[in-house]
Parts: sequence; structure tokens; C-alpha cells
Amino acid sequence: MSGASDIIAAREMFSWRRVAALLLRHLYVLRRSWPRLLELAYWPTMQMMLWGFITTFFLDHSTWVAQASAVLISAVLLWDVLFRSNLGVALSFIEEIWSRNLGQLFVSPLRPCELVSSLLIMSFIRTTISVTPAAFLALPFFDVWVFQLGPPLIAFFANLLIMGWSVGLIVSAMVLRYGLGAESLCWLGIFLVGPISGIYYPIATLPGWLRPVAWALPSAHVFEGMRGVLFEQVFRVDLFAAAVALNLVYLALSWAFFLFMFHTAREKGLLLQQGE
Amino acid sequence: MTEASASPVVIVDNLTKRFGEVGAVERISFEVLPLSTTALVGGNGAGKTTTLSILLGLLLPTSGTVTVFGENIFRHRHRVLGRMNFSSPYVDLPRRLSVAENLTVYAHLYGLDRIPERLRTLARDLEITAFLNRPTGELSAGQKTRVALAKALLNEPRLLLLDEPTASLDPDTGDWVRSYLENWRRRTGATIILASHNMAEVERLCDHILIMRDGRIVERGTAAELIGRHGKSNLEDVFLSIAREPGGVAGKDFSAVAQ
Repeated sequence: MSGASDIIAAREMFSWRRVAALLLRHLYVLRRSWPRLLELAYWPTMQMMLWGFITTFFLDHSTWVAQASAVLISAVLLWDVLFRSNLGVALSFIEEIWSRNLGQLFVSPLRPCELVSSLLIMSFIRTTISVTPAAFLALPFFDVWVFQLGPPLIAFFANLLIMGWSVGLIVSAMVLRYGLGAESLCWLGIFLVGPISGIYYPIATLPGWLRPVAWALPSAHVFEGMRGVLFEQVFRVDLFAAAVALNLVYLALSWAFFLFMFHTAREKGLLLQQGE
Repeated sequence: MTEASASPVVIVDNLTKRFGEVGAVERISFEVLPLSTTALVGGNGAGKTTTLSILLGLLLPTSGTVTVFGENIFRHRHRVLGRMNFSSPYVDLPRRLSVAENLTVYAHLYGLDRIPERLRTLARDLEITAFLNRPTGELSAGQKTRVALAKALLNEPRLLLLDEPTASLDPDTGDWVRSYLENWRRRTGATIILASHNMAEVERLCDHILIMRDGRIVERGTAAELIGRHGKSNLEDVFLSIAREPGGVAGKDFSAVAQ
């Protein structure tokens, strides 16, 4: 095959332009709705404020927290990365169902993998818009500079973002298959992993039988890693590597699950029928 | 016309779609020639929308094959979807986006060049310029139909599939849409497949008619052939006589089954 036809074949398989078209569709919605933009930043900021004041109180009463005053605020912000990343994927997908647009999308040359790519990029954009204001506001309010975590912050952010993508893709696949009745999984799914992710406490706090389940989550490795940086000023490469490996496995599985549900939706005639 | 250009645009061979035990489409076969307008006609649950969905690759059949532009639609839908398009009052565009934003997104999905120019031309032809910047969800039924048509014509499709294109429109707007489609097909030489309940519309627009009942094609021909064969004065009466035959349209609604 010649070089030119190689390029054409590759463009047939995947088109960044079609991915960009879907991003444009979501950015149009965000641009024309300032309450949505405000809401994206509102909840992480409120969470940060709440936990910031609790931390301020604990500082006088707990030597554990006093060792690293940023621990709770950092944990809150990183938890929000995971939470918003999941919502960024799932809500962008559900938006297509709400607007009964799936049928239109898939009579165009759009491929499922291009839809998934646009959902993941949109999730990154939404998550960044969500947590950035809160991260900066932590400095004037509580004298906590989250970026003091340094380069490991990027590693934590990326791992939680990717884990959120996996959960969001599974939720989207369930909504595609079972309709808007499964919409509440957007919130239920991620809160299920919250308690065993060791967001505010070490995994050792959990009962012994639950710890293997926790260690199977990339988030548990990330939050342990965060405490390592804040308490001991050590970046645990072993925890980082485990989180990356688990994320790769979960992202591949969730992507495959979405494609499987897409195939099922084509068998059952759901692409034209899902909607409010 | 060359032999190549006269080969069928669509070949449906022994197509069956079952939802569990219920047959939505049962062993139908037909061909659609270039430059023609073919109607799929039938009562509710006859299998028209199911057939259109399969032709678009949105729904996988239980058995049978569909070839569009010489490609198997189930294996290579992405090779032909760029040359097709679809419009239905039952599938929306995002309501919060303006008309121009929606059309821009779809223009990118179809990989079009010179998008502003294309949008201006379509908006002028379909008389939607005045509300290009209004949210799509705020439009009337007639305006939405014209916007849906604009989306369906963005890529200058060689094969256009329409599901009840004038449903829920007032007679005047319905007539405008039919005239537009007639002129558009004449101008572009495209092929149209349309599903409709409106027999006057079918009689006016279509040069080949397939009447479906209970998932099967029970009659086919031109309007004049069908009217003559059944000894009726118009297509509406032909449809009613077929529908009222014993074992006729039983009001099966496969959309419920598909859910």
C-alpha cells in the first residue's frame, strides 16, 4: 500500500477532526451557559472551604494533622479530580442521550472510539475547570499551596483522571444499554470507591479483609502516595507504578466494555430510541 | 446512463430482524436504483423504521445482507456513511446549541471544507437564515424540520433516508418540504428512500413503492401499477385495502420490543 493510501486508511480508522467536532459541541454548551461554568468550579471550592476550616480546627487538636496541614485540603482536591473526571465522561455522554442526539451522531461517519476519545478529552477540560479555582483559593484562605506537592502532583492528577475515565466509561456504557434509569450510577459508582480509596486516612485503617480490595484501586495508591509526599517528603515510585498499571488495565477493560455495550445497543435498536 | 451508474445503490437481500421471538422484519429483499425515490409504506409496526435503521447501520439484523454503494453496511459502514444522510422528526439535534452551532458540528463530523459558505447556501435554500442563531430547542415543528433537512443535506448525500419527513407539519409547511425535496433530487441526482404514512406524499414523490405489513413486503411497484392492480382510485385506498385484509396490520409496535 502506498504512503498516501496508508494515510487515507488511517483517517478512515480514526479522525481527530471528528473528535474535535464533538469537543466543539460540548464547548458550545459550556460557552453559552455561565451557570454551568460557575457550577463546575463551585462544588470543589465549597468542599475545599469546608475541609479547610475543619483542618484549621484539627491543627490545634491533632498532632497527626499538624504534621502536614495540607493533607486534608490536598486530599479533598485530589478526590474531586477523580469525582469530576468520572462526571466529565458520564455527563458528556448523557448529554447526548438527553438531547436524543445519538442516532444523528452515528449516522455520520463518527466511530465509537472517536466518541470515547472526545468524552475523555472533555472530561480533562471539565476537571481542570473544576479544580483549578479551588486549588488557587486554598492559598489565601488556608495558606496551603497545593502545588507544593511538585511534580508528583501531576502524577496524582493523571492517575485519578484516568481512573475517573474508567468509571465514567462504565457508567456511560450502562446508560447506553439501560437508558436514563441508570443515570444515578454517575454518582453512585464513584462514591462506592470513595471509602476504600484511603482519601482521608491510610489504607491500614481499613479492616484487614477490605485492604486487598482497596489496593486493587489506583486511587488507594495515589492517596497513600500523597501522604508519603506530605508527611515524609518521599515520592513512592512503587505506588505510582502500581497505580499506572492498574489504570491501564481498567481503562482498557472499561473501553472494551463500552464498545461491547455499543454493539449490544446496535443489536437491540437502542441508538435511535434512547432519550428522555 | 452507464452500466456502472445504473447498478443499484442499495441491495437488500433476505433481511430479517427479530427481537427475541418477535419478528420485526421477515426475509425482505429489494433493490434501490440510482436517481429514484423509493417509499417504504405501512402501518405502525410494519417494519419501516426498523428497515431504515438497518440500512443506516444503526441496527444489526438477525440475518441477511445490505449492500450500499457496493459495500456491506454492517462491515464497512464508515466507508459509505459519508455519502449518506438521514432525517427524522423523532431524532433531535442538541436543543441548547444554536442552529448554526449544530450545523457547524455536523459539518466537521462529515469532514466538510468551506463550512461558513456551505451553511450560508443551505440556510438560504431552506429559508432558515433568520433563526440560525436561535437555540434549536426553541424552534417550531416546521422550523425544526427544515433545520433537520439542512443537517441531512450538509454533505450533499448521494443517498438520503427520510423517516416521515412531514409528520406533525401543517399542510402548507408539509407541501413546502415536499416541493423542496422534489427539486433537490432533480437538481442533485441523488437517491431517496423515505418511510411515510402519508399516501399523497408517497404518490407525489416516489417512483417506486414497497408496502410492508407485519415485517414483510406484501406489494411493490409504481403508484399507478399498485392503483391499477388493486382497482382503486388512489394509493390511500390501496393501502387501506391491504391493511384491512385478514391477518393485516395488527398494530404491532416493535419500538416497545426494542426498548
